[in-house]
Amino acid sequence: MPGSVRIGAGAGFADDRIEPAVELVERGELDFLVFECLAERTIALRQLERRRDPAAGFDPLLRDRMSAVLAGCRSRGVRIVTNAGAANPPGAAAVVADVARAASLRLRIAIVLGDDVLDLLDAPDAISANAYLGSEGIVEALDGGADVVVTGRVADAALFAGPLVHAHRWARDDWEHLASALTVGHLLECAGQVTGGYFADPGVNDVPGLADLGFPFADVGADGRIEIGKVAGTGGVVNVRTCTQQLLYEVHDPARYITPDAVVDFSRVWFTEVGESRVAVHGVDAGPPPATLKVSVGSAAGFVGEGEISYAGPGCLARADLALEILEKRLRDAGLDAVQFRFERIGVDATRRGADAAVPHDLAEVRVRVAGRVRTEADAERIGREVTGLWLNGPAGGGGARRRVTEEVAIRSTTVPRALVPTRVEWVEA
Amino acid sequence: MLLRDLAHARSGDKGGTSDITVVAFDAAAYDALCRELSPDRVRAHFADLPISAVDRYELPQLHALKFVLHGALGGGVTQTLNLDAHGKCLASCLLALSIQAEHESPHD
Repeated sequence: MPGSVRIGAGAGFADDRIEPAVELVERGELDFLVFECLAERTIALRQLERRRDPAAGFDPLLRDRMSAVLAGCRSRGVRIVTNAGAANPPGAAAVVADVARAASLRLRIAIVLGDDVLDLLDAPDAISANAYLGSEGIVEALDGGADVVVTGRVADAALFAGPLVHAHRWARDDWEHLASALTVGHLLECAGQVTGGYFADPGVNDVPGLADLGFPFADVGADGRIEIGKVAGTGGVVNVRTCTQQLLYEVHDPARYITPDAVVDFSRVWFTEVGESRVAVHGVDAGPPPATLKVSVGSAAGFVGEGEISYAGPGCLARADLALEILEKRLRDAGLDAVQFRFERIGVDATRRGADAAVPHDLAEVRVRVAGRVRTEADAERIGREVTGLWLNGPAGGGGARRRVTEEVAIRSTTVPRALVPTRVEWVEA
Repeated sequence: MLLRDLAHARSGDKGGTSDITVVAFDAAAYDALCRELSPDRVRAHFADLPISAVDRYELPQLHALKFVLHGALGGGVTQTLNLDAHGKCLASCLLALSIQAEHESPHD
């Protein structure tokens, strides 16, 4: 496609693999590389970290990711956009600058700020409140010559739309082209989920080379044409099926995919396979965005204590059920100030839902799991200890007992008027 | 036959709402799904989930149906004690549903 821009997805979540991004930089002939690192509650968790350590609060893998790609991006002119700033974008920018200096690279780093709206809300219990920003700040940063753009909360699709709007000089109300930019964003934001990750089902959807899954890129023309592909020779596959699953992933009404930049209509999108692992996207449309921005509000939600223990061999299901019976009685008698408990058998009914089958008479092995939400860390520890207590005091043959405690945050959504959330860009030179 | 013989699927989550994309393998399978896989049928299959309502969206050009299961995750990732807090396994669980395909004899 003449005059097209190529944008790649280097990460689809905080723990994502690092090598596929390196492959994209070295062999992908990219113009832009995006690292998406924030799930729904990540910022709230990072905010808790920042309270303990003011220098923390951004993505813990940022240094590793930047060390792996920064020199290659600089020498090939690939510009980076990432929301790895989480609850501390300036702290993240300092890490990027540090990595650059250590590699003797000169860089212009932009920090997009404005998503933190905690002060705007009357929410005394909140530990974080972050508005989903649109692509505006990213466009301003790239227009200003940024080599790396670090953000906090920005709509995932906007991380990709920003570079495309910047490169093609599309207007903010050019709905037809914004539709393309945001559709690319949605298809790429989960990285490997469009190249065959989270898709393989042997005998139904077979995917080659999942251990070396290649991450996707999109070629986007000035006319808004889109093709999705991946680096030749990498694992995975891009086809109509992978694109269909990802287009509709976490979308409710397909005619109204709401982003801060535009409301995108996926209801008439269709795909054609135009080459090996290369898919063209057709039929995108969009209209103006709402006057409000979505805000995720995080608040403390106590502690969760968990414990697990396994039983194997003949009669294991009966022994697991006995273990659960003991645990239910012990936890009830302990008088914990518990908000809720859950008791389940991994292998029977831990993740399975729906009316598909009866419980089997026995299994080769089964794992007991108990989880409880409580107000204090001490009570949470107690829950796991009741499970490990089954080592010496429970049914025969319990093995592999584990326990853990997690500090929990709850997330709720609200909205704020867009006019109350100005975006601003700050600069760091390395 | 099972829904798994006619379609592939993926689940996602937003708060306490689970969404499941069901993609038929071909046009004939899509027609069977449109006919058989009503929101009520999906809700009845997941009678063990605290679902308040099921929406269905049709995407004929993609042979896809989108189901939105309101309340299915009981408060969502940040509230539930489920091992699979995101309800990621729900799409696979839905594929266990029995479907009466048109070309299939009822006595097969």
